[in-house]
Amino acid sequence: MRVLNSAARTPLARRSALLTLAVSTALLASACGSGGSGGGGTAGSSGGSQTTLTYWASDQGGSIAQDVKVLTPELDAFTKQTGIKVKLEVIGWNDLLNRILAAASSGQGPDLVNIGNTWSASLQATGAFLPVSDDVMGQIGGTGRFLPGALAATGAPGKPPVGVPIYSMSYALYYNKAMFQAAGISTPPATWADFVADGKKLTKNGQWGVSVEGASTSENAHHAFTFSAQQGGSFFDSAGKPTFDTPQNVAALKQYVDFVAADKIANPSNAEYSNGTEAVKDFATGKAAMLLWQSADATLATYGMQSGQYGVVPVPFASAGASGPTHVDSIVAGINLSVFANTKNKDAALKFVKFMVSKETQTALNKAYSSLPSVSDAYTDPAFQTESVKVIQSVLANSAAPMPAVATESQFETVIGSALKNLFADAASGKPVTNQSVAAQLDQAQQQLLAGG
Amino acid sequence: MPAAIDTARSRASAPRPEPPSASSPRSWARIRRAGLPYLLLLPAVLFELLVHVVPMLVGIFMSFKHLTEFFIRNWSAAPGAGFDNYRFALDFNSAVGRNLLHSFEITCGFTVLTVGVSWLLGTGAALLMQDPFRGRGLLRTYFLVPYALPAYTAAITWEFMFQRDSGLVNQLLVHDLHLFKTAPFWLLGGNSFWALVVTAVWRTWPFAFLVVTAGLQNIPGDLYEAAAIDGAGTWRRIRSITLPQLRPVNQVLVLVLFLWNFNDFNTPFTLFGNVPPPQANLISVQIYDTSFQNWNFGSGSAMSVLLLLFLLLVTAVYLLVTNRRRKAVD
Repeated sequence: MRVLNSAARTPLARRSALLTLAVSTALLASACGSGGSGGGGTAGSSGGSQTTLTYWASDQGGSIAQDVKVLTPELDAFTKQTGIKVKLEVIGWNDLLNRILAAASSGQGPDLVNIGNTWSASLQATGAFLPVSDDVMGQIGGTGRFLPGALAATGAPGKPPVGVPIYSMSYALYYNKAMFQAAGISTPPATWADFVADGKKLTKNGQWGVSVEGASTSENAHHAFTFSAQQGGSFFDSAGKPTFDTPQNVAALKQYVDFVAADKIANPSNAEYSNGTEAVKDFATGKAAMLLWQSADATLATYGMQSGQYGVVPVPFASAGASGPTHVDSIVAGINLSVFANTKNKDAALKFVKFMVSKETQTALNKAYSSLPSVSDAYTDPAFQTESVKVIQSVLANSAAPMPAVATESQFETVIGSALKNLFADAASGKPVTNQSVAAQLDQAQQQLLAGG
Repeated sequence: MPAAIDTARSRASAPRPEPPSASSPRSWARIRRAGLPYLLLLPAVLFELLVHVVPMLVGIFMSFKHLTEFFIRNWSAAPGAGFDNYRFALDFNSAVGRNLLHSFEITCGFTVLTVGVSWLLGTGAALLMQDPFRGRGLLRTYFLVPYALPAYTAAITWEFMFQRDSGLVNQLLVHDLHLFKTAPFWLLGGNSFWALVVTAVWRTWPFAFLVVTAGLQNIPGDLYEAAAIDGAGTWRRIRSITLPQLRPVNQVLVLVLFLWNFNDFNTPFTLFGNVPPPQANLISVQIYDTSFQNWNFGSGSAMSVLLLLFLLLVTAVYLLVTNRRRKAVD
């Protein structure tokens, strides 16, 4: 304003020049202002002694609002205990990895972040996360307190882990009890041959045997890994070199796509599903009778399905007597909590990690998310004594395998997931899915993966 | 780019008045007067440098590095790559080079179609809206709605409409009009290309409409009156007066539409997610995939630089040809 007032006494040309200057300064200031707040995410101690941590949580509850509802009381408890505030942002699975990468490359990120544990080795390679030292591990109860499988998925073997497991999960087969009864199926399938046969019986009158998330790269990649392991195949050799185009992997991918292509037990529309909720919704609303999913109880409840309406059993095997390395029916799924290396609040962040793996927090959060605690002392709670929890617990203990702990793991998920997405698209639009077309996709995926390195 | 628009615009405007006679002794005042525009431009130039030129230079720098996940936290530690990234992107025998070439072809087809249809729709609507009638203002505003909507909102709405089972498009085509026996996919396979074009045209044409409408206001009315006296019909008047008079406007409009659509990322990314169907794989998404999905920022940058060079070339040739043509016409 002062500028304009003084301008009133100056000649016209000067005045307009000053006015323009004033306006551009104002614009400049506002641009900087919005840039500052828009690019936010870095937490700083906001005046005084109050520390604020920024925490990016993954979407565990079926919707971001649900996650905020679950996490807020816990974060409040943490603030009460320690006086440290936590700024929460829940990020959907579609964006999480990109956001982490952007944060890692710019150095502007949160203090703490949830990661899918399968990305551990990849993100470890970037150096974006603070390694968990033996000292820190000791402070949170030592390695002996954590489930061994979950702990294995915190980085490449032989390197200090870059996170601590907070939620543990595995895949299981969820089936609709009423639909099984109506189709005259007494026991849920234990082999894929039974699964397909049952699926065909269940597919009728606009209802489908199974729903899959055919355009979700991560879901696709997890199934590709498990199906391949059941065939005795693998996507990487012992040296970490990709070995995509093998007969076992071709058979694995084809088996999964055939749910739509040859067996026709999944709705072709599933080829479009990508955001990680649609297949669950189809199952919860009775459009599909079976679902292969990780710890789905909480999400199913969000969509209005009662726990009595569905049963939970392990994912089928290739044959009834599967044993040894083919005795795999799930990835070791789960969520790790990692501290960004750039954090300015290291001590506060470690306090938060300690809080998140405490028995109380583990019990409360895993109960709400229907996942399993990653620490053994939290299992005394009756919430973890239910049928479905026991199934998942046993899968995790006996038959879950960790995804390849190679630096290119996250690229692997993308390229294999994309290959399956393309194959599902072919199947959905009636193009034949053959061993040749699967092999071609695998070959292309491998070239893309090698191109990344 | 902005320079190109500026020259085009200054040429389009009426001849400027002669500058005041140069014999004035008050040279300080002259310097001040001449310097003022540059002073006022200075903040814009600085911001242009900051917002466009610096990131561009960083991108070019990155394209000569082996910038993978191991180095994203400390770029300077990434080993130099020489022209490896470029050689790799242009090796059409490998999967990556082949995909890049394929997406380049798709993008060319997509851009030509989108710009062509958008221009036709925009010009047609602007001509129809030229003569006053009741409700004209309302309709003009209504036409601008797609342009005013945020890109994400617009594209995600189309994504919902194109869904196979629950989308409005199939509801209309399959259930109401019975044009198809089984519901087609719009977001997968060959149809995804058309879904992309439709969405892009819907988002782009209001801009063409807006610019052509503005251009029409500058055409002197007496030209039409003279033509009417000479007995020229509507079509003749459009061809002989409107279109030639709009030429400078169209020159810029087509160029801007071309550049926008060729680089469009929001529309395909919102419609198809991170992995688009191969038939609708635009080059910007392909570059994004190389950078962020395969974590190879070096070759992603190399592809971006190649794209930049291509667009520069097209723009230069376009401006050269159209300007020369106009001079010939003048």
